[in-house]
Amino acid sequence: MSRKLKFNIFRYNPEDPKSVPRTDTYYLEETPSLSLFIALNKIREDQDSGLQFDFACRMAICGSCGMVINGRPGLACKTLTKDLPQEITLMPLPVFKLVGDLSVDTGTWFRTTNTKIESWVHTEAEFDPQALEERMENDLANAIFELERCIECGCCVASCGTANMREDFVGAFALNRIARFILDPRDKRRDADYFEVVGTDQGIFGCMGLLACEDVCPREIPLQDQLGILRRKMAFVGLKNIFKKHA
Amino acid sequence: MEFETFYTDLLCVGAGLAGERAAIEVASQGFDTILLSLVPPRRSHSCAAEGGMQAAMGNTAMSEGDSTELHFEDTVKGSDWGCDQEVARIFCDTAPIAAREAAFWGVPWNRVVAGKTTYFQGGVSFEKEEKPEHHGLIAARNFGGTSKWRACYTADGTGHTLLYAMDNKVLELGITIHDRVEATSLIHDGSKCLGCVVRDLKTGKMRAYLAKATLIATGGYGRLYPETTSNIINEGGGHIIALDTGLVPFGNPEAVQFHPTGIVPTNILVTEGCRGEGGTLLDVDEHRFMPDYEPKKAELASRDVVARWMTYHIAQGKGVPSPYGDHVWLDIRHLGEEAIRTKLREVYELCHNFLGIDCTKQLIPVRPAQHYSMGGMRTNSHGAAYGLENLFLAGESACWDLHGFNRLAGNSLAETIVAGRHVGMKMAAFLESAQVSFPTQLVKEAVDKDARRIKALVDGSKGQEDVYAIRTAMQQEMMQRVGIFRDGDKLQSAVDNLRELYARALKIGLRSDGVGANPELALALKMPGILRLALCVAYAALMRTESRGSHARDDYPARNDRDWLVRTLAYWPNMEADLPELKYEPSSKVMDLPPGDRGYGKTAIITADAPKEDQS
Repeated sequence: MSRKLKFNIFRYNPEDPKSVPRTDTYYLEETPSLSLFIALNKIREDQDSGLQFDFACRMAICGSCGMVINGRPGLACKTLTKDLPQEITLMPLPVFKLVGDLSVDTGTWFRTTNTKIESWVHTEAEFDPQALEERMENDLANAIFELERCIECGCCVASCGTANMREDFVGAFALNRIARFILDPRDKRRDADYFEVVGTDQGIFGCMGLLACEDVCPREIPLQDQLGILRRKMAFVGLKNIFKKHA
Repeated sequence: MEFETFYTDLLCVGAGLAGERAAIEVASQGFDTILLSLVPPRRSHSCAAEGGMQAAMGNTAMSEGDSTELHFEDTVKGSDWGCDQEVARIFCDTAPIAAREAAFWGVPWNRVVAGKTTYFQGGVSFEKEEKPEHHGLIAARNFGGTSKWRACYTADGTGHTLLYAMDNKVLELGITIHDRVEATSLIHDGSKCLGCVVRDLKTGKMRAYLAKATLIATGGYGRLYPETTSNIINEGGGHIIALDTGLVPFGNPEAVQFHPTGIVPTNILVTEGCRGEGGTLLDVDEHRFMPDYEPKKAELASRDVVARWMTYHIAQGKGVPSPYGDHVWLDIRHLGEEAIRTKLREVYELCHNFLGIDCTKQLIPVRPAQHYSMGGMRTNSHGAAYGLENLFLAGESACWDLHGFNRLAGNSLAETIVAGRHVGMKMAAFLESAQVSFPTQLVKEAVDKDARRIKALVDGSKGQEDVYAIRTAMQQEMMQRVGIFRDGDKLQSAVDNLRELYARALKIGLRSDGVGANPELALALKMPGILRLALCVAYAALMRTESRGSHARDDYPARNDRDWLVRTLAYWPNMEADLPELKYEPSSKVMDLPPGDRGYGKTAIITADAPKEDQS
């Protein structure tokens, strides 16, 4: 006794002058293990061939398919309809520029932000192809990996109060990324250098501590812990700077 | 037709690991570089390689005595002597350097921890001891088909960490990225490649990119099959634009690898570790069927053997029916909740997240799925394309030919950064002296041609065929007749049916309006090209009357080194034709390791000096 699912899907094509924002409704028989990935593709193939949405890996590791599912940002590929009510409302992620329907431009947003926070290993050293690799403790490698698990899906940004109000806020993703580089001895930046990048209202001090970023993170990254550590560290650097100025 | 034009020294079509690594090499030497990508680069299929990359570092106890020579032997044997041995040599020698370079750029490789630890194999626990002098060096894990533990890894996210490190390097160097664009054709003058025509997937607008050198690094063609572990963008887009020149051949299109256990319906891979730990395969009656076919090894027989028997058993009517087609069950319940939630944690989570089932109590629906494309557009060992100057390829889309007829686990991920690095160096050297002129009329004609194709699809002036129906029919054809079990009759009817589908694909008309970033238009535009690729795979498979690696013919079960120690080169010189032209070349000029027994699998071999009548 399968359910007949009702999908309310946001529609708008910014490239079409005749298009107006609206909600279209589709119906689909529920099948076992039905995910939003399978459902949306079925709707596109059988009911509305122009429907826009994004998937790539369809296994929750590429971060393409973030959308607002019944009011909550999440990855569509790992959302099963059996965990949702019979009526399912899908909206594009806010904050990011709309490409059309459920598709948003996360690529440009993340690239811009990653460039702003200089998300790479900073070193003066040159790679020597003949040399043995620099040693590292396995526990440290694992700790770096834990923070590097972020897939830049944009759910934390879409759920963030500050990011929704202020275009220049870098978001939990970027602060977690900085926390990852602080851990990494290969990155030669010092606390004062990180402070330049995120010791501001656009960075760590813009966070209002609403915790939604961690709640919606599909990778379950402990964002609030990382933000807390970073906030204390940056506050300390900020205080030092004040004392230096007054000394 | 109005269009924007971009000029650069190097144009990289594809920004996964191979494309980005090549771009880094070239940009570091001061050349202008633009990366094009269907998706934001960090969403490329490279991120799906979870397990590891092969590089003979020899740091762990279980890889003691490893060398690039052993890696070379494993690779050549794995390829069933289909690979180019000069390329295999370059690859194995470079892999450790590429892994260390990735570490230098920030990849958090797992490291050797000195002291005793236990590990599991086939559900049994063993002990090993790591040396203190290797403490902190890059560690390796075990993968099938290798003589030593050789796969460097970062937990279950090796491809992810490599891709992020690489993309970070791209950002650091300030390399231009244009994502969400699709190359619709190459611009060339009959001897030189000059760049490509591109459709912007955000707006639907057309662009021309003109470059002294063009690199295609667009990954595989897994989506020719309905059941595939590939990312949904792996539709062979790079192959299509190169094949359509009529000048560049598709090398070994028939060399396609399958994996036994993809989950139903999404074909996400379930690790072989399940069967390694003692998981069993059950049919519709919950009968364990593998011992019926393989009494000794049962579920632990090699990938291709298990996949073949699963397909056979389903074809005997013993599959479990589902709305997504027939499948069998993978049963790991008897391993116990503790073992599943620790040793097979990823499997537990995968079943929970994507199937909504608890695999400690429930059966997992699985069936074989396409996994890797060994074939690709043919290049020399520098990555330079056959038949068209100024065009290069690297990674899964290329056939410089590292994998021959079967790829070893972990060699694909390694290949991306090794080939990217190597081909990048060769392109930089090429660019030092490259002089190109871009005739504006030629560029305009190339863009206009694609614009006319788009207009015909939107207007429906060629016909009203539905692109999604054609794709589904093609994928079914490929899975059923050009899949794991191959024989002359099935392949012949596949070729016939694909030709019919190809004729229909030329008459596609859109159902939607095609305005802006229209997904139906994107697919319709490449559907005839996708069918040309499918025809190359099916026709080359039909003509190759032997079994080699993953190309398994029931009617020609032996590997035939006398007649078939060759690489297929499929050309599409005539756009009016509906079949490729096949040529052949020797598999390898260098034969450091002469053809022999692989040491696994049980294929009969017709040796190179066997008399002619021995044909079977």
